[in-house]
Amino acid sequence: MSTTIAVVDYGMGNLRSVSKALEHVAADDQKIIVSSDAAEIANAERVVFPGQGAARDCMKHLKDLQLEDVVLQAAHEKPFLGICMGMQVLMAHSEENQGVSCMNLYAGEVRAFADEKLQSQMQSLKIPHMGWNKVSHKQDHPLWHEIQEDSRFYFVHSYYVDPEDETLVAGTTEYGIEFVSAIARDNVFAAQFHPEKSAQDGLQLLKNFCCWNGQK
Amino acid sequence: MALAKRIIPCLDVDNGRVVKGVKFVDIRDAGNPVEVARRYDAEGADEITFLDITASSDDRETIVHVVEEVANEVFIPLTVGGGIRTLDDVRRMLNAGADKVAINTAAVFNPEFVREASESVGSQCIVVAIDAKKVSAEGETQRWEIFTHGGRKPTGLDAIEWAEKMVDYGAGEILLTSMDRDGTKIGFDLPLTRAISDAVSVPVIASGGVGNLDHLADGVIEGKADAVLAASIFHFAEYTIQEAKQHMADRGIEMRL
Repeated sequence: MSTTIAVVDYGMGNLRSVSKALEHVAADDQKIIVSSDAAEIANAERVVFPGQGAARDCMKHLKDLQLEDVVLQAAHEKPFLGICMGMQVLMAHSEENQGVSCMNLYAGEVRAFADEKLQSQMQSLKIPHMGWNKVSHKQDHPLWHEIQEDSRFYFVHSYYVDPEDETLVAGTTEYGIEFVSAIARDNVFAAQFHPEKSAQDGLQLLKNFCCWNGQK
Repeated sequence: MALAKRIIPCLDVDNGRVVKGVKFVDIRDAGNPVEVARRYDAEGADEITFLDITASSDDRETIVHVVEEVANEVFIPLTVGGGIRTLDDVRRMLNAGADKVAINTAAVFNPEFVREASESVGSQCIVVAIDAKKVSAEGETQRWEIFTHGGRKPTGLDAIEWAEKMVDYGAGEILLTSMDRDGTKIGFDLPLTRAISDAVSVPVIASGGVGNLDHLADGVIEGKADAVLAASIFHFAEYTIQEAKQHMADRGIEMRL
């Protein structure tokens, strides 16, 4: 069995931090590759699906590089970690860019904080939601191993996921509203925050992923 | 509000070396930006900003190596500013491991550059640095203008209008420096900080004038800044970042402790 961890490179943001952080915590026999090659991703033991930028560009790049199927396949069968935009596009649809159809692994919508701001009294709410915020655990999950309830992680985003099925929710965070900051089901874990930029707790989460068997 | 306010130590880097002196007792080479960054990370810095003040463009490649080395072992957000003039500069810094770049003078001379950069790499990577100076006389309604060349050259641009315009062009964050206060150690220009923070929808980092820990807290409480940036009070080890965070928390500010 290959012990490769593939970081999916589809031209959405800088993946150096993700791969360096993984290298920092991976076991000696685990190899980190940054790849846009479908076969390499398919052969990897684990897949990390990062991303930053806009939803429309994200989906367009995935389709142009013909990586959508291999990413979905990985999300069905091996330890899979979505980060930031790599979490959002797992949903059915995003409000961003006047509406974008996403990968539809999970039913639900990606929504804008700006709408909450209009609807609430939170006129001083800054967007993007940028900085260190608390994550409350909603599932007992191996990826939370040795990470305390309400630990802070680094966020930078203007949209958040709103899954239809509440049992998907693995973590929530408050920013004007309580929003879903992590989801998990079977072999998939995905986070809105950036573990690769979240100091010790972020590294711990990545370390947990590196040795996760993909089950709860 | 659970989102923490941020403390951002800033390192001035000239030719790959930290300048303005850093006095940590347990650091082998206080001029080495990698060692200093590692130290700040260990103390709990929420982010680190590097300001490249290298005069010669021939030597600019050195900051790229600094960022690469730091990014290999420090896993918190990194921002690089100074001499960012082209999309190529932006990409080179991000590829080296920076999470954000700060655009300053280039934005004043070519605002379209900010739009181009944010559309290309995303607003979340683009910080616009604003150097403002008070131009109103005593007793008048307070007014600030944008200055370039280290505060020497006025541009005639109103600071609040400029900040709004830069956000409109795609700035994801504003790094606001009061040129009147920079280096004075008498505290931030709080009316300026508050005016800009109230005017824009994106986070504002206050900079310029920090001399003690109350100044940091004032920047958040009175200036309504989302983050505070300081250089010398940390470099000279007057205070550790931990002490600063604890002090701010004691004054009721949400911090990552």
